[in-house]
Amino acid sequence: MLEQEAADYRAVNENPCHMCMPLGAILPFKGVERAMVLIHGSQGCSTYMRRHLAEHFHEPIDVASSALNEQGTIYGGEASLKKGLDNLVKLYQPGVIGILTTCLAETIGEDTARVAADYLREKRPPGLHLITVSTPGYGGTHSEGYFLALRRIVVSLTGRSEKHPAINIIAPHLSPADLREIKRILELWQVDYILLPDFSETLDGPLARPYKKIPPGGTRVRDIARMGGARATIQLGLTVDDAISPGCYLAEECGVPLYKLPVPTGLANTDLFMELLGQLTGRPLPASLARERGRLLDCMIDAHKHNAQGRAVIFGEPEIVYAVTSFCLENGIEPVVVATGSNDHRLPGLLKNRLEETGASPCFLREADFQRIREKSREREANIAIGHSDGRYLTEKEGIPLVRHGFPIHDRVGGQRLLSVGYAGSIMFLDRITNTLLESKHQNYRLRLYQAFYRPAGPDSRQEEG
Amino acid sequence: MAFSGHTELPVAERAAFIYTKGRQKPGLKCEADSIAGCVSQRACVYCGARVVLNPITDAVHLVHGPIGCASYTWDIRGALSSGPELYRNSFSTDLKERDVIFGGEKKLARAIDQLVEKYRPPLVFVYATCIVGVIGDDLEAVCRVAARKHGIEVIPVQSSGFAGNKAAGYRAACAALWRLIEPAGGMPEKKSLSVNYLGDFNLAGEVWIVGSYLKQLGLELNVAFTGDATYRSLKNAAAASLNIVQCAGSMHYLAEKMQESCGIPYLNVSFLGLEDTADSLRRIARFFGDHRIEQRAEELIARETAAVAGVIQSCRKKLAGKRAAVYVGGGFKAISLIKQFRELGIDVVVVGTQTGRRQEYAVLSELVDNGTVILDDANPAELEKFMLEKGAHLLVGGVKERPLAYKLGLAFVDHNHDRKHPLSGFIGAANFAREVCSTVCSPVWRYVHTPVPGARAGGAVWAAAL
Ligand code: SF4
Repeated sequence: MLEQEAADYRAVNENPCHMCMPLGAILPFKGVERAMVLIHGSQGCSTYMRRHLAEHFHEPIDVASSALNEQGTIYGGEASLKKGLDNLVKLYQPGVIGILTTCLAETIGEDTARVAADYLREKRPPGLHLITVSTPGYGGTHSEGYFLALRRIVVSLTGRSEKHPAINIIAPHLSPADLREIKRILELWQVDYILLPDFSETLDGPLARPYKKIPPGGTRVRDIARMGGARATIQLGLTVDDAISPGCYLAEECGVPLYKLPVPTGLANTDLFMELLGQLTGRPLPASLARERGRLLDCMIDAHKHNAQGRAVIFGEPEIVYAVTSFCLENGIEPVVVATGSNDHRLPGLLKNRLEETGASPCFLREADFQRIREKSREREANIAIGHSDGRYLTEKEGIPLVRHGFPIHDRVGGQRLLSVGYAGSIMFLDRITNTLLESKHQNYRLRLYQAFYRPAGPDSRQEEG
Repeated sequence: MAFSGHTELPVAERAAFIYTKGRQKPGLKCEADSIAGCVSQRACVYCGARVVLNPITDAVHLVHGPIGCASYTWDIRGALSSGPELYRNSFSTDLKERDVIFGGEKKLARAIDQLVEKYRPPLVFVYATCIVGVIGDDLEAVCRVAARKHGIEVIPVQSSGFAGNKAAGYRAACAALWRLIEPAGGMPEKKSLSVNYLGDFNLAGEVWIVGSYLKQLGLELNVAFTGDATYRSLKNAAAASLNIVQCAGSMHYLAEKMQESCGIPYLNVSFLGLEDTADSLRRIARFFGDHRIEQRAEELIARETAAVAGVIQSCRKKLAGKRAAVYVGGGFKAISLIKQFRELGIDVVVVGTQTGRRQEYAVLSELVDNGTVILDDANPAELEKFMLEKGAHLLVGGVKERPLAYKLGLAFVDHNHDRKHPLSGFIGAANFAREVCSTVCSPVWRYVHTPVPGARAGGAVWAAAL
């Protein structure tokens, strides 16, 4: 039996586990060639998001704002938005501008699509695409913002296209290293692909001279335009609502067969991805990948007894949480709390079979905040946390060690380089988890055993605060 | 490199915000709204208010708005506490679409009720975000009712994001603080050797360092605004006989107010750098007109200067002839940094701030050498342009600026809110010198200029050696 917390109407969120929609929507644009983003709202929104993203990626994250002030708020922000576009074009000469709204712009009813169309008509900037996305901060989490922006990019740029043998790969919010790994796998399979978005280079760029304000890389606009003619779409996103799914759009509008797969983290999920590539290409698994698979299995065996002691609290974006939970299950780590800040209600159903096989029955939290995650983690005696940096709160307050995974990783370096997909990435991810369990065990076993068997433990003296 | 007139700036409007000493008529535009589309580094009103008030350790800080604003500012500052930890939580009413449509007052009231019941705080701050101003929630009324109901102070902070910039947020915070400290029943009895310290947020324990200096002078630190402050300590603010103001940008307004209404005079001080620290201590001592205090100040200065002299000297040697760029939040900090760099033998060739005031820019322009570029509300493109033109070796800034400096192959010094080491006082000056050295003299820059192996004819040698 699954315990599911009702995500009822709560008046207060105590320590958020998610971020707002426009932040999520920035990322897909960072994975499109020569694209920039302009956020229609007050200056602070874009500055916050840039700061947050810069801490994770350690890359310049240039995002413009229409810098709406009091006047714009009262009399409408059209002038600010157009001026913002003008200046952004002058400063960066982008090929694509994503125009995102904020709470403020949505609440005062700004029609960015109309303003963008007017702008294009009036100025006729050569070769510039404007893509508007409606992302009120209160409309959902950054996960929904991410997919919504992706879908809008596809809707705006994909035209009628001849059929061709390439495969569309729609990637969720992964690390640049993960995106590079997916590309490596596709190259090993010798498949022709269009990966969207592709911020593997733009958000983890090599040091190069001279510095370019818009880093090179990203999915080419002309490739996005061809996505409608592709042989198939593989959307690495099971939890995505059809209404914001780019894959569904391509299937419905262009008749591209859609395969929805989970993020290929872990043996089973990576197998699914390889299976499908095999089916689509008619080729066998490349030998080097077969060896990597064998190595992963070897690694799983080496670590299985240690992992069997893991009781994990898993949190973050639904898609990542799904992948990590199934990864834990296949490694004998018991997920005890599975939480997402989003309003997702699909996770329990999606994981049902796997949970039944293993007998695990985690507590599911949606629209979760860290206060509830913490309570449940304590109640369920979690001994390892897997998720983004804000989970350090669990370490600090409950002594649960954290394996950093997902977004944002703002208290460590290398969030952009964390590799967790494919067989090779899964090995690295599993090692991180197992070693965290080992470290915590080795740190505590002397004292624990002493207290258990030499002298009975005194009353728990930990202070409760906030 | 010759540069004049800024004609080559892509956005002509920005030219008024930039000034090269000695090449142009003095005068710089500042204290104005950001220009749309220019990728300003500035934050918003809410952010300004939040950073000032958040260090009050036993208050509930409740953000009335959608989740992003709360999410991006959770535990944002490295402000330390000697006791309560309540301030390290981020509480939000997490407004959703329905709240935006039907109004958020009821939800806010419920949120306050729940938080007060759970944490029993002596004080609640309720921050307004962008949309609160637009949907017209009556924060004042909700807070008044809640205050009466719970018998504690519930103070609204009018920090709607679009109503000005970060500086307006500082004022909103000061207004909220004033409501808190304004003596209700007449002036309290003055304590004669008691000092309030305004504009320090106890990042990495900086308030404690300054507090210990005051103690060595024979003075008492009454309350710091707002580092490590509590409700109780703030309530006694009016009893001090002197206010010293560090971060003038954020606290000037309050100091004025307290002078006017409580008769407490104030001194602008700075504890950044040896020169400013010594000078500030002398002025504080002189204020009390007691030669014993002045004597103790001289002893302290001599002792502490001697203690760090070795470090400063050895760093100075390594840093001779280097050039720095400074881009920080407030004008006051920029002024201190220029002096501090001078102590290290470094010239500041570019200096800018997000929210500097006219008088501060006047001082800045006095301080710097001819040819130095001064700029208000700069964007990454301008920072890049001027740092390269002026041949800067390092940049001082915050999180958003760091990746840009690194991408340009320049050293970087953090002067942001989440640093983990103090930069105040004598010890802080030594830390600063060490940090500058560690980045400017890092071996990594040598490799940035090393040619890529095998790029030219050398490639053959490499191959042969293998
Ligand atoms: S929640 Fe709304 S106001 Fe806050 S940062 Fe996000 S878009 Fe901006």
